[in-house]
Amino acid sequence: MSITVQIPTALRRLTAGTPRITCAASNLPELFSVLDTQFPDLKPHLRDEAGQTRRFLNVYVNEEDIRFLGGNTYAFQDGDEVLLVPSIAGGAR
Amino acid sequence: MTTSTYHLRCRECGKTWGNQPRSICEDCFSPLEVTYDYDSIRPLVSRELFASRAPNLWRYRELLPLPAGCQPSLPTGFTPLLKAPQLGERIGSCNLYLKNDAVCLPTLSFKDRVVAVALANARHFGFDTVACSSTGNLANAVAAQAAREGFKAWIFIPSDLEPAKILGTQVFGAQLVRINGNYDQVNRLCSQIADEHRWGFVNVNLRPYYAEGSKTVGFEIAEQLGWRLPDNVVVPMAGGSLITKIKKAFDELIQLGLVDPKPVKFFGAQATGCSPISTAVKQYCKEIEPQRPATIARSLAIGNPADGHYAVKAITSSGGWSEDVSDTEVVASIQLLAESEGIFTETAGGVTVGTARKLIRQDRILPEETTVLCITGNGLKTTDVLAGKYETETPIAPKLREFEALLESKLSGAFAGETPALPVSGDTPVFPAEVL
Repeated sequence: MSITVQIPTALRRLTAGTPRITCAASNLPELFSVLDTQFPDLKPHLRDEAGQTRRFLNVYVNEEDIRFLGGNTYAFQDGDEVLLVPSIAGGAR
Repeated sequence: MTTSTYHLRCRECGKTWGNQPRSICEDCFSPLEVTYDYDSIRPLVSRELFASRAPNLWRYRELLPLPAGCQPSLPTGFTPLLKAPQLGERIGSCNLYLKNDAVCLPTLSFKDRVVAVALANARHFGFDTVACSSTGNLANAVAAQAAREGFKAWIFIPSDLEPAKILGTQVFGAQLVRINGNYDQVNRLCSQIADEHRWGFVNVNLRPYYAEGSKTVGFEIAEQLGWRLPDNVVVPMAGGSLITKIKKAFDELIQLGLVDPKPVKFFGAQATGCSPISTAVKQYCKEIEPQRPATIARSLAIGNPADGHYAVKAITSSGGWSEDVSDTEVVASIQLLAESEGIFTETAGGVTVGTARKLIRQDRILPEETTVLCITGNGLKTTDVLAGKYETETPIAPKLREFEALLESKLSGAFAGETPALPVSGDTPVFPAEVL
């Protein structure tokens, strides 16, 4: 099983310019752990001290806000496209 | 005025970002806000200075993020603040005011204010194309002002918007993109588009500047009350920005010595079918749980409000509260406002009036307190929600005899000796009789 994760411009400074990755994470906490390992600079921006998704980071799966799909408990399906979007991000380039 | 009096600052980590089309802090990804050097502004401003200028929002230009040399010409803002004794009597307030942005120019909603400030900055940053995601009023405002200012405009809307709001965008020659999805999906798409195209998205990359335009509602309320602050303000909430900016406006006036310090309670109004902010307030929760909107108040139908967290903070820290009302109450409240004060508001205004009534009944707003309701949009844009509420009168011949017969039948019928059926809507008395 593999999922694709799209990384928006605003976050690419922390991923050495990587615009997307594919991985086999089965849920959001696992995906964050994959990203933590692969992009240590990104790590503090994904989860807060309590392990919750940061307030200003939105996560979408196939255009749907992951919170409507069950949030941390949603089991990724093969081929899912995951999008990380800082709240009201965009532009500035 | 020079650009040195304001700059972007991260609301969370405090890092400053100068002035640029950017809405989030690259260090911590939190939202940016415009902050000002109040010490340098203080000697420049006075009540007399503001009052001596033309009656539009530019009279407060020292407190807006306007680039050096900017000479805005569109006379928007400075809408009436009206005392509302009849509505007050109906809902239980003897000191009630309406800030009537249903007549804001040029497109009859408070969004004309934010767009005016956003486009001044779009020009400064060198954009030739402006854009927005919108639930309708913003679409109208961007399209109209882009036409006047010579920008190309791309407007992104949920496909189910009211026909009047769609037409009222197209007529200005804007490129309209209808999206099969709700506003939150449109907004998410726009943040992706803003990543790819060098456009000035008024509520994405220009958002910090845009949002400052909302402060002018607060400046005007204070000035129109004779340079004093009200006890309570009731504000409709979609993304949650307006309520935080009215609070910022009052705080700035206090800080600059233009009004006496006074605690003002902020009350947020939502439709129950899309009430993520009021739900958080009522559950004493700081965080917003997103909702899927299901309400006729489409201009407020934002399930994942960008400024929701800050709106909750503004409300709770002021000692205010938030409530929400059903769609039936929204329509009844539109009718109530129209019949009592002669103001035809859109669904968002119905939400505000209905919520205010609820808050008064809960004793959260007391009758003698000075209370201002923010009416943010015009009813001519959402006439569809009144479909079926009024009978189509059978025409009569142009003969006096026929009119006299009609008059007699009216007077002897249901209307005899009664005031209009206020604010009962259809067959269901929405508001209990004792309140009427």
